[in-house]
Amino acid sequence: MSTATKHRTSGSVRVESQGSRGPRDALMSRTTAMVIMGVFTLYFLMPLWWLLVASSKNKGDVFTTNPLWFADFQMWSNIGDLFSYDHGIYLKWLVNSAIYAGLGGAVATLLAAMAGYALAKYKFRGREVMFNVILGGVLVPATALALPLFLLFSKVELTNTFWAVFLPSIVSPFGVYLTKIFAASSVPDEVLEAARLDGSGEIRTFFTVSIRLMSPALVTVFLFQFVTIWNNFFLPLIMLRDAKLFPVTFGLYSWNTQLNQIPELRSLVLVGALVSIVPLIVTFLSLQRFWRNGLGAGAVK
Amino acid sequence: MTAVQPSSAPTTIPPRVISPRKRRGTPHRRALLALLAPFGTLFFFLYLLPIFYAFWQSLLVIERDGTFGKAREVFGGFQQYELVMQNDAFWQSMGRMGLFGIIQVPVMLGLALVFALLLDSSLLKGRRFFRLAFFVPYAVPGVIAAIMWGNLLSPNVSPFKSVTSQVDLLGADLVLWSIANVVTWVFVGYNMLIIYSSLLSIPTELHEAARLDGAGQFRMAWSVKIPLVRPAIIMTAVFSIIGTFQLLAEPQVFQSFSTAVTSTFTPNMTVYATASVPNTNLAAAFSVILAVITFVLSFTFLKFTQRKGSE
Repeated sequence: MSTATKHRTSGSVRVESQGSRGPRDALMSRTTAMVIMGVFTLYFLMPLWWLLVASSKNKGDVFTTNPLWFADFQMWSNIGDLFSYDHGIYLKWLVNSAIYAGLGGAVATLLAAMAGYALAKYKFRGREVMFNVILGGVLVPATALALPLFLLFSKVELTNTFWAVFLPSIVSPFGVYLTKIFAASSVPDEVLEAARLDGSGEIRTFFTVSIRLMSPALVTVFLFQFVTIWNNFFLPLIMLRDAKLFPVTFGLYSWNTQLNQIPELRSLVLVGALVSIVPLIVTFLSLQRFWRNGLGAGAVK
Repeated sequence: MTAVQPSSAPTTIPPRVISPRKRRGTPHRRALLALLAPFGTLFFFLYLLPIFYAFWQSLLVIERDGTFGKAREVFGGFQQYELVMQNDAFWQSMGRMGLFGIIQVPVMLGLALVFALLLDSSLLKGRRFFRLAFFVPYAVPGVIAAIMWGNLLSPNVSPFKSVTSQVDLLGADLVLWSIANVVTWVFVGYNMLIIYSSLLSIPTELHEAARLDGAGQFRMAWSVKIPLVRPAIIMTAVFSIIGTFQLLAEPQVFQSFSTAVTSTFTPNMTVYATASVPNTNLAAAFSVILAVITFVLSFTFLKFTQRKGSE
């Protein structure tokens, strides 16, 4: 992390000269660069702008007025309809997603940190094998696990329950990988020895000292896991029948599949999509620094 | 990144002397167990066991005593795999994803690389804004992104009626590329950020040296920067290849907008459709084959690029 920041700072004072090329060439490349970035800014932001505008229109206006500009502004009444439809099921979905992703992400991070720390800081037989097996788990696509998980969960009658989505979400092999690497370099053995001399137990040392030293990695693991759970589609698709258990993205998907039978759901799908992504976008942008650092950590090796 | 740098802390403390009356086995055994057991148990039951269970299920066949007899599962060897081999729909979906990957992954990573290089060059003003704007789509879940683009491409609501009324972007010929567009839209910024953070860790001295040699922006990007961020590009490519063969949410959503997306459009949709029949044994065999092929492809790609890199 610190390396990146260091270079970033020195990078920003880089001399702006263009080597041996003339000022006109420089102007040309500057303009081209800005045009490219400008065009793609439109590409990336236009769909979101469209969603914002469409969410503010009543059912008829979505089809008849300019799709990229506001007509009769009905955003608040649309949001009211959204939260009152089907006895407020949408709010239930939002809460579900917050629990699956928020709580699930937090538990996953803690479990991964404990395991990663143990693998980094203790020597024991079978350590390498264990780490390699977990590393193999990183390469197993989550969707490949969805079907066998469903078969196993149906054996113990846990399908169509909260646990069917929650339990698989709290296992993050990638988190173990990242925390192991991070613990190895950021929790010095000397600190652990000192704690031992002070008479602190191993577990207590972990929770009071080591976990703090590992906190940058923990934020990254939490963010990754949060997004993975929030975006998970196959697991709810295969596990859940009861709409009360749906996470919000899956709930919106289920509405979207009913558009032919219930056309008025269209405006609810759009405003529901908008309401569900606003908190995500805000969180993402405010935590962007952690993203960059974490992504970099994964990319070096 | 410090995260993977070898610890710079000098090991002044001599290796711990093993006391003669030491407990047999590992020191701090109980603490170690307490730290490892929670993850270990869950990993076993929710990762390892399902993998073996899927393989076991794929070896079973349903047998009935007569047409209306009771069904029971019996060991059938590789019978399900013979059915997989004969299943045209599944192999078509694999081929479709292969085509998708050959086009979409290079386009997406090419764009991500260009954006990252531009962000890292001195050509741009407002870097922070561009970085944020390009990364925002990654905050949008695949399902939502597909719902948005599905609407944007449907002739009745699209803002680009002049285009969508002429060209059927949701028809059988083009729907695959409309889905590719959704995936690209979501992931370009994310991949850009990975490559960009790798660019930031290039020592400034290298820039200075190249500039003193009279290298312009393009020369510098081509012969200094790109070779150095190669590992980051390879990593994004591997994850993209894996992601391509796992495609599910976006095409599943597009079924509401396009009749051209069949229930066996992608391998995972085939798995789901087969499992809902229900024919779980065949679905398990599909899953196993899909996982193996994904693994082989990403592994081969890694080996291939590493060998080329070391030449």
